[in-house]
Amino acid sequence: MTYIAKPKFHHPGLKKNELGYTHRDYEGKISTLCAGCGHDSITASIIEACYELSIEPHRVAKISGIGCSSKTPDYFLGNSHGFNSVHGRMPSVLTGANLANRDLIYLGVSGDGDSASIGFGQFAHSIRRGVNMTYIVENNGVYGLTKGQFSATADRGSKSKKGVTNTDNAIDLVAIALQLGATFVARSFSGDKTQLVPLIAAAIRHKGASFIDVISPCIAFNNHAGSTKSFDYVREHNDAVNRLDVLVGRDPISVDYAPGAVQVVEQHDGSKIALRKIDADYDPHDRLGAMTFLQKHAAKGQIVTGLLYVDPDAEDLHEHLDTVETPLNRLEADDLCPGSAVLDKINASLR
Amino acid sequence: MSDKKPISSVNDFVVRFANVNGSGSASANELFARAILRHGVPVSPRNIFPSNIQGLPTWYEVRVTEAGHLGARGGVDMMVAMNPQTWDKDVAGIEPGGYLFYDSTKPMPSTKFRGDITVIGVPLTAIANSTYTDPRQRQLFKNIIYLGALAALLDMDPKVIEQLIGEQYKGKEKLLSSNVHALHLGRDWALQNLKCPIGLRVKKADKVGDRIFIEGNSAAALGAVYGGATVCAWYPITPSSSVAEAFTSHCKKYRHDAATGKAKYAIVQGEDELASIGIVIGASWNGARAFTATSGPGISLMTEFIGLSYFAEIPAVIMNIQRAGPSTGMPTRTQQCDIIACAYASHGDTKHVLLFPEDPAEAFEFAAAAFDLAERLQTTIFLMLDLDIGMNHRLCRPLKWDDARQYDRGKVMTAEMLEEGRDFGRYLDVDGDGIPYRTYPGTHPTKGSYFTRGTSRDRYARYSEEGTVYADNMQRLVRKFETAQDLVPRPLQANAERPTKYGVIYFGSTAPAMDEAIGLLEARGHQLDRLRIRAFPFHSSVASFLAEHDFVYVVEQNRDSQLRQLIVNENGIDPVRLVPIVHYDGSPITARFIAKAIGDHQDHLKVTPLRKAVS
Repeated sequence: MTYIAKPKFHHPGLKKNELGYTHRDYEGKISTLCAGCGHDSITASIIEACYELSIEPHRVAKISGIGCSSKTPDYFLGNSHGFNSVHGRMPSVLTGANLANRDLIYLGVSGDGDSASIGFGQFAHSIRRGVNMTYIVENNGVYGLTKGQFSATADRGSKSKKGVTNTDNAIDLVAIALQLGATFVARSFSGDKTQLVPLIAAAIRHKGASFIDVISPCIAFNNHAGSTKSFDYVREHNDAVNRLDVLVGRDPISVDYAPGAVQVVEQHDGSKIALRKIDADYDPHDRLGAMTFLQKHAAKGQIVTGLLYVDPDAEDLHEHLDTVETPLNRLEADDLCPGSAVLDKINASLR
Repeated sequence: MSDKKPISSVNDFVVRFANVNGSGSASANELFARAILRHGVPVSPRNIFPSNIQGLPTWYEVRVTEAGHLGARGGVDMMVAMNPQTWDKDVAGIEPGGYLFYDSTKPMPSTKFRGDITVIGVPLTAIANSTYTDPRQRQLFKNIIYLGALAALLDMDPKVIEQLIGEQYKGKEKLLSSNVHALHLGRDWALQNLKCPIGLRVKKADKVGDRIFIEGNSAAALGAVYGGATVCAWYPITPSSSVAEAFTSHCKKYRHDAATGKAKYAIVQGEDELASIGIVIGASWNGARAFTATSGPGISLMTEFIGLSYFAEIPAVIMNIQRAGPSTGMPTRTQQCDIIACAYASHGDTKHVLLFPEDPAEAFEFAAAAFDLAERLQTTIFLMLDLDIGMNHRLCRPLKWDDARQYDRGKVMTAEMLEEGRDFGRYLDVDGDGIPYRTYPGTHPTKGSYFTRGTSRDRYARYSEEGTVYADNMQRLVRKFETAQDLVPRPLQANAERPTKYGVIYFGSTAPAMDEAIGLLEARGHQLDRLRIRAFPFHSSVASFLAEHDFVYVVEQNRDSQLRQLIVNENGIDPVRLVPIVHYDGSPITARFIAKAIGDHQDHLKVTPLRKAVS
């Protein structure tokens, strides 16, 4: 949460996207997070992804809960409406917002305290409902705002800054998202912008529940020896299954057509995800395979990153509910009220 | 042999059915109530059911009341005792001179009866078993057989019941004819073997008029449809579930796009109450009309979000169908016990708007109005029903709607208004009424966006922990609540025939019992002016009413006289002048109870005025 706004002037030579927006148009206020916080890198990646997709910033609704991660929507897309709700309950607020207006893009930003503890239920249920959203967990395994307590994603055996060993098992949100039917599941590392930016872009383009777990080291409380969420640890144990570029309809941003190594996935809206496969055997369309792959690597102490699963034909909550195309918030009395003649008939049936 | 003269009464008595849950009696019992209504005689039925699913006791009570008293009366003139498990209590509950109707297939020892009542045995099981072979049919038609026998005993017109059965099973000829057959099995047996009619009789009258017969929850749900609710998020809880179920049913009938068949609504059964109110708040923040329905325990879970709605100023509508608390309390029993919990829900300084409908007609009107109020005031509006209104059929005036009515979407700044250069500060009090303007997400590329948060912020929605900024905001919220006083339904006052220094305040489902009690009190020589409160914040006329009377009784259905507490708190009045009259055993309050409690107190006042006694 900050009250320091960035100056509005900028260099006239800044590069513009196809809508004529510069990077600055996707920025927000100045971050008040600790210098070097992984969350700021994620903010930068969100800005980059939205810029590259040429999204109209005001057409995004950014919703969060409470905590360090949930402060970050203030730091990107300054012309968007934001909503800092209550601890862990971002998913329900986002679900409601999405029901009201299906035409906006919904970015849900949450933390591991938010999503794996107090909001674990809401996380799970928003995923299983197929809410059309990009749900990003900025996962540092620690409660930063309250100064260093373990969160539910902290690995068993990892140590706190005070040297306490965590004896509880960790919740793997990616595994849960896969199990609950998320139709776009990815994991990345805040320090790997090359991987993260296209993942966010693809998640935004995906119609359905997109979930990205981003390991984001807490520079103040969880970036020490013994932590399994530190910069060093993640760099050493990161196993990327793929990297991807997003090709948007008529005007691709970038393409890597390395023969035999690219798998193009067409999404509902016509955009394409080009997977640059690292592991020749990895199939991102196989939910069961993804779950097994994830568990096998976790057992080896490896953090699998990349796009783990995508269903290009996913349906979202509005399709499940078969709602009208017009956003519900635009319907007025003429659309909604059955009128007095119908009421007279109802009255007659109640005598 | 009765040693008490049997009760003799036409169109004014109470019949109670004691059944086993799951025996299929509910539709037969409701048919009985509707049949009397079709005779032109008002009825006031009530479900009395413990919190269980199947096999345990349930009761259905029908007050037949040509005078049109719609509150519970108390006492039972005729018990239809179909549950051996509750036999002793049921028999004991019959008024002296009353009637006991039972299944006489198996002989009962004489000790199981009372000498001061008339016992009527009909071999229901034997009749059913001799006619039907299927066990379920035997059970279901036994209920219709007793309905037929009652029709003969109470002198009801069988054609009226046949017509109702015809409407119920329209297009299902087999079911229609078999139900009519069962009805006549019972009626014929009674006519041939019993002295018909008995002292209790139904005589055709013309006292119903154009009134309708509907449950409060269904009416409230219909109010949500007419009021333009498009998003409903809910979590099942007794006694509120039927609101969401009725809303679903109404939407399926009236809310589909004619061209595409698609739904102009979204209904989500949340994973819990927290998610339900979260969805409501998210949808309302984004400009849709949204509501949830719940009961006391749900309100407890929602309070954090309710505080957010208050402080961040997001519309929300919560229909609270109250039941007996605290905690799980008595889930299927009625009370008005969430007044304080809802008025001041959440931590910190909060105040919320409460609406108190008296019957289904007002439940419909207030439900529709709640969405206008929520958007106008940008806050949570509670529709405070209770089980007695919500889950029972009530006779009420027909529902009305003005087709010229447009929804009040409140102060919403559009892209055009922003383009005009109007200063947008999300929490600016532009009009002096405490209500700021808002914008919907996605309104304008560069103007009007803001950050919604539950933390303190300035008039332009910028985060701030400055004490003066915080206090400024809190004072504006007080102004907004004062504005609400003139927007919510006003209290209704009715004065006694003669000037009096005594008054009575009541609200919600107490109204019909109160109306009846006034007559009983007048008969005892007590004159009281009445004020029915219909909303919180209290209109200034409440303070005037208090000032005009030496003593004011506050009648309510909870232990701690919560409305009285709220009146004292909000008006700074001497509590001694407000006399609590409370009823909280989970049954609906009756006129008899009110008249006795107030009458006894009035009698006492005549001997020693309370003020003198206290001083």
